[in-house]
Amino acid sequence: MEKQRDNNHPHICVIEKIVDETPTVRTLYFKDSVLANVLPGQFAMIWIPGVNELPMSVMVSDVSDQAALTVRKRGESSTALYNLSVGQQIGVRGPYGNSFEIKNGKILLIGGGTGLVPLMRLIKFANPSNHITVLMGSQTKNEVFFEETAKKLLEKNSHEIIPVTEDGSYGKKGYVTDVLEKLLEENTYDGIYTCGPELMMYKTVQMANKKGIFVQASLERMMKCGIGICGSCCVNDDLACRDGTVFDGAHLSQKSEFGHSHRTKSGILEEI
Amino acid sequence: MDSSLETTLGSLTLKRPTVLASGILGISLDVFNRLHDAGAGAVVTKSLSKEPWEGYPNPTIFSVKGGGWINAVGLSNPGAENFAKMIEPNQDVPIVVSLVGSIEDDFEYMIKKFENCKVAAYELNLSCPHVAKVGLEVGDDVELVSKIIKKVKSITNSPIVAKVGLGKSDYLATVEAAVSAGVDAITAINTVRAMAIDVETQMPILSNKIGGLSGTPIKPIALRCVYEISSKFDIPIMGCGGISTWEDAVEFILAGSSAVQFGSVMGDNWVETFGEINSGIQKYMERKGYATIGEMIGKAKRQ
Repeated sequence: MEKQRDNNHPHICVIEKIVDETPTVRTLYFKDSVLANVLPGQFAMIWIPGVNELPMSVMVSDVSDQAALTVRKRGESSTALYNLSVGQQIGVRGPYGNSFEIKNGKILLIGGGTGLVPLMRLIKFANPSNHITVLMGSQTKNEVFFEETAKKLLEKNSHEIIPVTEDGSYGKKGYVTDVLEKLLEENTYDGIYTCGPELMMYKTVQMANKKGIFVQASLERMMKCGIGICGSCCVNDDLACRDGTVFDGAHLSQKSEFGHSHRTKSGILEEI
Repeated sequence: MDSSLETTLGSLTLKRPTVLASGILGISLDVFNRLHDAGAGAVVTKSLSKEPWEGYPNPTIFSVKGGGWINAVGLSNPGAENFAKMIEPNQDVPIVVSLVGSIEDDFEYMIKKFENCKVAAYELNLSCPHVAKVGLEVGDDVELVSKIIKKVKSITNSPIVAKVGLGKSDYLATVEAAVSAGVDAITAINTVRAMAIDVETQMPILSNKIGGLSGTPIKPIALRCVYEISSKFDIPIMGCGGISTWEDAVEFILAGSSAVQFGSVMGDNWVETFGEINSGIQKYMERKGYATIGEMIGKAKRQ
């Protein structure tokens, strides 16, 4: 019989399947009953043995007890994760953090890049009666991903998926926040949920707050311990790992660092 | 009876005896304010160095099955100057500035950066177990400890606390050198050198391989050290190591601590810990008839 698992202890998982989403983004699938069932917005610390440990949102899978990680190759560590092959091992601990509070009625999800990961999980947890609008931002056509995934997850919901590319090579042209601004002129929502580049989240929160619409953002900060000890991920007096990663827009509007600054590895506050 | 949680360590007076240990959460003034509001009597900053340090790559922390953590964060910190600027607006929170360096001039350089800050005390980290040339390597060299403390005492009137740990030499010799050099208080102990290996990948888990063990596994060791120090020296002590409940805190006070530091417990119990431990100590004092913390300190040493 399997011993009681300590979720703070790295649990070793084997990569079972790899799917290329774009030329720079991949999803790695592995069996793990704990991470397969995390709440939307929660994250896990992913150990790439010998390289680093990264905080990651957990991607959904349509196979039960299977979890996934969607990673863009960027720095040394994310590239090492991206380059793993089927059969290789990673360590996972968590889940950590809080989760999105999904409102009834009409909701809008706005994300960019791998920030779409927790939003895909949010769709999975949404009520079939939710009307869901998804704004998916990327720079260019071949970096658009999760459109099919979103469609599949949204089968039971009335929905619209709006891809937006900065160069206009696919979907609407511009930034997702430009499209949001237009949508908000004629529509209202019971909840807006965002994850992705901080300036996108900042604009989204500002627009929603102005209209008095409930909004939540999942923040990313330099993370080391993931459990509220090291303090690396602080946003003013909050810790992203422990108080977040999901924060309400009303709360965020009180935080001078949101949308403006984050801390480096050494803890120096610098402009975003 | 109205029991007071106020405690004094030489010229340092704290409204409450519960202190955030160094290395934990210590990089944002906003977080310090939050912890102070939650009941912390003082907060010790992350150990600051002359220049900013990034620390080690992750994994920097490992959860020990059955309790405790092994960490090798690698003293990541924004550097004394950046940090001093950040805490300059502080008026309310008793901030103990932790410093780490290799020679006496390092400490002098850093203390000068805090000229415009309200600093409750300086804590010299003579015991970090996982970074070369600083911490334990300094603490193990009693002559260097003496030189550093004499230098620091000559340039500031703020109380100086020496944080000791279990290195290669006798930690009591380090305490003796610090006391002889005029240190105002001792923090005991730092984390204890430790490691963890994953059997599936057959690799050390921490990127630095060796880290420091903290939390409940080291509590009995830390308690023994506090008891030994308080039995041998007439010096105020901040007990540190695995304290996670009010009973632990009281144990350390009975062993000779004037205040207690903790941090690992926050991983399980978060900021509410301060209020819980404070109220537990206060109820104990009321039950036992103590009006002040001072009356309890070292009680376990009676023959």
